[in-house]
Amino acid sequence: MMKLVSTLAIAAVLGVAASAAGAQEKLKIGLLTTLSGPPAALGNQQRNGFQLALKQMGGKLGGREVELIIQDDELKPDVAVIKAKALVERDKVDFVVGPIFSNILQAILKPVTDSSAFLISPNAGTSNFAGKECNANLFVTSYQNDQNHEVLGKYAQDSGIKKAFIMAPNYQAGKDSLAGFKRYFKGEVVDEVYVPLNQLDYAAELSKIAAAKPDAIFVFLPGGMGVNFVKQFRQAGLADSIKFLSAFTVDESTLPAQQDAAVGFFGGANWAPNLDNAANKKFVADYEKEYNAVPASYAFQAYDAAQLIDSALKATKGDTANKDALRAAMMKADFVSPRGGFKFNTNHYPIQDFYLVKVAKRADGKFQTEIAQKVFSDYKDPHVADCAMK
Amino acid sequence: MSTSLLIVQTLNGLQLGVLLFLISAGLTLVFGVMDFINLAHGVQYMLGAYLAVMFYALTGSFLAALVLGLLAALAFGLLLEFAVFRHLYDRDHLEQVIATFGVILFLNQGVKFVWGASPLSLPIPEIFSGSVVLMPGLLYPIWRLVIIGSGLLVALGLYFLVGNTRVGMLVRAGATNAAMVSALGVNIRRLFMIVFGFGTMLAAFAGIMIAPILSVEPGMGDTILILAFVVIVIGGIGSIRGAFVAALLIGLVDTLGRSFAVDILRLFMSPSPARTVGPAIASMLIYLLMAVVLYIRPTGLFPAKGQS
Repeated sequence: MMKLVSTLAIAAVLGVAASAAGAQEKLKIGLLTTLSGPPAALGNQQRNGFQLALKQMGGKLGGREVELIIQDDELKPDVAVIKAKALVERDKVDFVVGPIFSNILQAILKPVTDSSAFLISPNAGTSNFAGKECNANLFVTSYQNDQNHEVLGKYAQDSGIKKAFIMAPNYQAGKDSLAGFKRYFKGEVVDEVYVPLNQLDYAAELSKIAAAKPDAIFVFLPGGMGVNFVKQFRQAGLADSIKFLSAFTVDESTLPAQQDAAVGFFGGANWAPNLDNAANKKFVADYEKEYNAVPASYAFQAYDAAQLIDSALKATKGDTANKDALRAAMMKADFVSPRGGFKFNTNHYPIQDFYLVKVAKRADGKFQTEIAQKVFSDYKDPHVADCAMK
Repeated sequence: MSTSLLIVQTLNGLQLGVLLFLISAGLTLVFGVMDFINLAHGVQYMLGAYLAVMFYALTGSFLAALVLGLLAALAFGLLLEFAVFRHLYDRDHLEQVIATFGVILFLNQGVKFVWGASPLSLPIPEIFSGSVVLMPGLLYPIWRLVIIGSGLLVALGLYFLVGNTRVGMLVRAGATNAAMVSALGVNIRRLFMIVFGFGTMLAAFAGIMIAPILSVEPGMGDTILILAFVVIVIGGIGSIRGAFVAALLIGLVDTLGRSFAVDILRLFMSPSPARTVGPAIASMLIYLLMAVVLYIRPTGLFPAKGQS
């Protein structure tokens, strides 16, 4: 097994090296994301979003031809570190864009930023890099991880929900999620359940929910877990009496599998495909035309990562050698995001609006999340106070 | 912890147990009769689900998808047997493990290539959708009852087939002493093929029945395979009866453990540590059970005769 993997790795390295030769003038960007295993659905969205922006700009960012090197982190931190190092040391990329998952971000931050390349995270936004360990060469185009969970907590509190049943997988992000919900929700939490990561059958938990009779449930069950839970929640007949609040559980990456079962369920997000502005309409229409799928937040955040690089390079006239000038140009975030206006905070995380989104079936039979109401305006993450960058 | 909750959780446990039985029945026969460790058995479960999704899209009928899915899974299983597994029967276990692990990697990647990485879904047949009221205020999904019922029917059928037919007799004889059966003039290769094809179909059946509840995605067979191995080790390798009892035992212990571990721990711990320790203990329970069973009965609960 190991031998096979290393042989393949060598083959991959040779392939990349061969394609990299003789392209000195191009702007090199490494895209490191999860492209294998079930979570590949998310990584594919990220890759598609980035490539869409690149295509719209004629294969150039800031006027320079782009050579995009795409690598699969396999959702394994050790693999991700090796590939990140290869990107910055051998391929000498100026930007690394990725990953999807927070544990990968934790692993690759140091190897990438130590080399003076910029790391742009179009999804993962952990609290440590927003606070104490904030990094001058990291830019996050998504959100700080806590925020999406807080949206639901705030909404539950404001809409007068009295009893909530909350559930998440038994790992760090799951605990952070429920803590984020409880930061704003002050009603009664009837039960707080942690399930094993990647549990598929929720029969036992659903029976508990039915017996507890809460006003609402809040769950954080990303990927396949959410697909299973949503279907089973609907099948158990609970959807009529219990409000379904969630984070990263119903979005455009899981809706093709959840379909009608998820209609009317709520999530929290910084964007939705029907967000009403011209940039977003163009992004969604172009994405659907190119990939025949509804984009999720993973796609638009990667799209913004490409726009961010483009805007900064335009300001520096294509120069990537002067890192301070480049960084200052990136801080301005001088481009039109599909999410509407947003700024970078001093910790390089966005200050932006957050919405309650609701799953709906469109006229063409596809499913998407739609804006239900704005929950936070120009919302900053609380960790910025711990960040030394000013 | 009310009585009604206990009843529902017991049903949930039964449903998991029945599902595990469908998968382990084939695995234990293949392992018992052919002395062949087939790690790729979980892949058959996944393939069954994928094929049913495909045929459902083509025909729009669950029944047609079920029948066509089973037939296609059988054909594919026999193809695998012919192309790969047949050459492994005389090798040692390590080589079988490595080769069948390779089949897992290949097919997991293969379904991703054909059907994509995103999870797919199969709808519940219209007449079985919705829930029934078991008790006032307590709903239970009909489809889960259908799974329990169909699984028990299959178990009954298998019990009859293995206990009262000529093929069943040969299978039992094969599980006890394959060399002797072969010496008595039975075409053991053909017997292997029948057993293998049958096991494949049972796994595919499990995959199709559970597909409306779970998402159909690459690698969905890998986690359930580990549980199936626990089942056949507890039940005794080669024994259908053992697999049945062990599967129900595992299903009940796992489900009841997950539901009530935290509540039980709360009786003598404060809520916060109970919440941390509970899930950890619950996920260990079935392995503890396996350890205890193996300590008391090293060959499992119902070892096939002569295999001690």
